[in-house]
Amino acid sequence: MKADLIAQLQGLEEEGTVAVQEAPPESLEGLRVELLGRKGRLTGILRHVVQLAPEDRPVVGAEANRVKQALSELLDARAAEAGPAEALGPLEDLTLPGRRRWRGGLHPVTQTVNEICDIFRDLGFSRVSGPEAETLDYNFTKLNIPLDHPAADMHDTFFLNEGVVLRTHTSPVQARTMERCAPPVRVVVPGMCYRRDAWDASHAPAFEQIEGLAVDEGISFVDFRATIDEFVRRFFGPATRTRFRPSYFPFTEPSAEVDVSCQICGGSGCSACKGTGWMEIMGAGMVHPKVFANVGYDPERYTGFAFGMGPARITMLRHRIPDIRLLYENDMRFLEQFA
Amino acid sequence: MAERLAMLGAPVDEIVELGAELGDVVIARVDDVRQHPNADRLRVCTVDTGTGATLQVVCGAPNVQAGGFYPFAPVGATLPGDVQIRKAKLRGEASEGMLCSARELGLGRDHAGLLALTGEWEPGARFVDALELDDARLVVDVTPNRPDLLSHVGVAREVAPGGVAEITAAPFDGASVCPQPARAEWQGEVAGIRVAIDDLDGCPRYMAAVIRGARVGPSPEWVATRLRVIGLRPINNVVDATNYVLHELGQPLHAFDLARLQGGEVHIRRAGDGETLRTLDGVERTLVAQDLVIADAERPIALAGVMGGADSEVSETTTELLIECARFDPRSVRRAARRLALSTDASYRFERGVDPEGLPRALNSVVDLIVALAGGTPEAALDVGADARDQTTVVLNPERVNRTLGVSLDPGEIAGYLRPLGFETARQDSVLRVQVPSFRSDVETEIDLVEEIARRRGYDTFVGSLPAFRPSAVPTEPMVALQARLHALLGRWGFLEARTAGFAPAAPERVPLRNPLSAEESSLRDALLPGLLRRLEHNLAHAVRDVRLYEIGTVFLPDSQGQAPREDVHLAAVFTGARDPAHWTSPGEAWTVWDLKGLLEDLASELGGQGVPEGERLQVGGKDGAVLGGGGPLPARGGAVWGLEVTIAPQNAQVDAAAYHPLPIFPAVDRDLALLIPDGVTAAEVDSAIRTAAGPMLEALFPFDLFQGAGIPQGNRSVAWRLRFRTAERTLTDAEVDAAINRTLKTLEDRFGIRRR
Ligand SMILES: [Zn+2]
Repeated sequence: MKADLIAQLQGLEEEGTVAVQEAPPESLEGLRVELLGRKGRLTGILRHVVQLAPEDRPVVGAEANRVKQALSELLDARAAEAGPAEALGPLEDLTLPGRRRWRGGLHPVTQTVNEICDIFRDLGFSRVSGPEAETLDYNFTKLNIPLDHPAADMHDTFFLNEGVVLRTHTSPVQARTMERCAPPVRVVVPGMCYRRDAWDASHAPAFEQIEGLAVDEGISFVDFRATIDEFVRRFFGPATRTRFRPSYFPFTEPSAEVDVSCQICGGSGCSACKGTGWMEIMGAGMVHPKVFANVGYDPERYTGFAFGMGPARITMLRHRIPDIRLLYENDMRFLEQFA
Repeated sequence: MAERLAMLGAPVDEIVELGAELGDVVIARVDDVRQHPNADRLRVCTVDTGTGATLQVVCGAPNVQAGGFYPFAPVGATLPGDVQIRKAKLRGEASEGMLCSARELGLGRDHAGLLALTGEWEPGARFVDALELDDARLVVDVTPNRPDLLSHVGVAREVAPGGVAEITAAPFDGASVCPQPARAEWQGEVAGIRVAIDDLDGCPRYMAAVIRGARVGPSPEWVATRLRVIGLRPINNVVDATNYVLHELGQPLHAFDLARLQGGEVHIRRAGDGETLRTLDGVERTLVAQDLVIADAERPIALAGVMGGADSEVSETTTELLIECARFDPRSVRRAARRLALSTDASYRFERGVDPEGLPRALNSVVDLIVALAGGTPEAALDVGADARDQTTVVLNPERVNRTLGVSLDPGEIAGYLRPLGFETARQDSVLRVQVPSFRSDVETEIDLVEEIARRRGYDTFVGSLPAFRPSAVPTEPMVALQARLHALLGRWGFLEARTAGFAPAAPERVPLRNPLSAEESSLRDALLPGLLRRLEHNLAHAVRDVRLYEIGTVFLPDSQGQAPREDVHLAAVFTGARDPAHWTSPGEAWTVWDLKGLLEDLASELGGQGVPEGERLQVGGKDGAVLGGGGPLPARGGAVWGLEVTIAPQNAQVDAAAYHPLPIFPAVDRDLALLIPDGVTAAEVDSAIRTAAGPMLEALFPFDLFQGAGIPQGNRSVAWRLRFRTAERTLTDAEVDAAINRTLKTLEDRFGIRRR
């Protein structure tokens, strides 16, 4: 019985080998089912194994496995040979275009925001957010901006009611973060801001801003410059130079405007940089001691720096987009260029 | 110079080369003026331009006079803005050139008439040379904390290499004739006029001088030119003198026609509610009780610090002048200027603060200049109001300077940076006592001096390497990762991210803006879909038929509890057109409701919920059973448009880490059932019944074919389901699977009357 079964298996192997070698490619799958399938010939032979003495079963089983393995490999090898030609069918004109999927992707401003935040994440800044409808207190007072001072004119503000405005900058999140957490604080805050500027080529009443804040003991103006310089080199490229100009923001002192060497002319002067060779990218400075006092930090112990930049403007610089309205029109043909 | 100013914090917005485009312009004398025969408003002038022969020029300006001198652009000249002068015929009269206004020459906004030169000039002389216009105007952007830079002397103090000590007075060589002002506490007399400050909070100091016998007329050209080149319009020698000194020293000044003052009195007081004043611009203004005014015995004659009154304006007939040189409370001025939407050179400076100790010098200068230009005799001067301001002294700790700036400066170096800016320093133990000059009212505390030191040293001198830092105590918000996953999901679906402004037209459920820009943007959005739909329509209008847009953004909902609206983050998507890009292998398919449902199901699994069909709409349920949003067909022009909107709630942001399921060891058994399902029985009901009946061996279940029509009994549809059986313990036998199938078929028959096809 045992010898009979082994002979049957070897017969199947011989016969199967010839059949596989001679079969046309399209009938290989059918042959595989016939030989090795659930109701195939190998299974048919093995149905008799139950009639064997228990000690003989493993011997027959091993031989069955060997035969199955051998035929299976042969089938695979033949299929692989036939494969490529089979998949192509009758050979087509391969200069015809391939079949693609729609290409989705992020808005160019979101890409800029992400890139900036990722660089700052590498520099130890985590990413947080805050409300877009803010109280006057957070938007102005806590940031040392007196409401009846011309400094508040720099922000043309949308009001929701007596005490609530649409935030004019992301800086209120500085105060919120410091009130929530003790130092060391290193955060970047991307978000929407609002100012009462009518739509034109360079103004939008709603726009993105990224705020940054670093506070700890011993953070100096030199550290501030080094951090911003490092960001600029990583974002704009290692050859980019920076220039820090004195400026005025009520919530930082010393305050600075940060310029980078013009991305178009490299600093020699062109129409994009009005011949100066520089492009302004952020307002920044050392956190004003009054702001620390307003949020309950000890101004004698802690120092830090803060910065704010407009990713929409930076996106426009980068991609040479001439009109800010293109960013918010959301024309598919525009968005596809950056996806 | 522009570069230096920029690096000191006062960037130059614009450099105007004054004479650059005026090389062709010469001075002309108009010898004769006659009415144009065919046009009421035109005149025909005979003009001498120094060439020997006279020219005929047609001119529309009302102020052209025979004997007058004017700038003249001959035929062939080019004026600012690339204007070419050509020979022309105007209503039949030949015109060989153009007599110019200030605006045509880029010398100010004045377009009312020709730029009339006072005095005698050489016809044919180059205009640029004659008026010494070979110069440039720097338009400086001054930050609101630095009112001291709002004058020529102020800017000079900032840029003088050796500091304030080097500044010399402007080149005016008139004699000093202003009388020594008499001091008075809150009221006093000047040449018979009583001056009283009734409100010392509103006006801490008021200086006045009286000049009699002045002759009001045009200013000499050196004054007129200097005013023109900074964009001002010369008016008359008295007004011009006040403007000149304002821009020289930064102190606003005003001249009243003394003869028009009633009752020999001047009061600085609050207005009575409803009092009116016709200001210099001719507008009748109704005042409120908070407004600070200058008044005579009867009525207001000026809105303090903002604008003078028309009734007491200096005119050609004026001979007696009252000159005002005062300091007004910045807040009062700001309130009035804002309420009346009236920003003047004076209010701009008072709002930011003028140098409290600069008043005597300014009064002195303006009186001297008026007498030099208009003659007359300065009769007396008065100085009312205690100038309460003490010298500000700030204690500066060098340790603080070095700690903040990250450098090590010794006290001597620190003093060296401060002294040229006018700060006096004195050592006291380890600190410096710094006296702040009166014109730097912005410097109040130590940190203000730190900035001065950094500015003077140069921001670009602070170089160092990237510092060591302690990591942030604040973690990145989980929302950031959730949004990144959602962006990636929509990206895989081929959607492009849109960004729209957060506004919407007014609606009862929306939070309104108090001061909107337009009706279209008068409220805050409470959903993203309407805005996205408009963007979709924009695309359709531009013949873009295949649109797939999504947005993640903030929406605002009224909150009766809080002062501020509630803010939620939503994700919305709209799509229409072809599901795949056009390709030659297939005719292309449109998006269907099944794509919408699939997208909602994908979103639901990211948001920790599941997609649930409910009636006509498809909704997404959250973790806690709440509805997070849904989708459906949208009303839009032409074609099927699909849309969805869901809330991305922070509590859903914490997605549990997936637990590993062991991979199967034993083979599965697949069975297909084609079922005739009576109408009214839903797939969900069948699905649930099959799962229950088939038992735990059922590993997977899904419909793979649906058919209705020929061969299918009326009122039925045929749905083919695949059932996959498997256990983790052993290979299933056919008998076991058959038993489960039979159980299933019986249940379906009994409960729904479903039969196998
Ligand atoms: Zn450039």
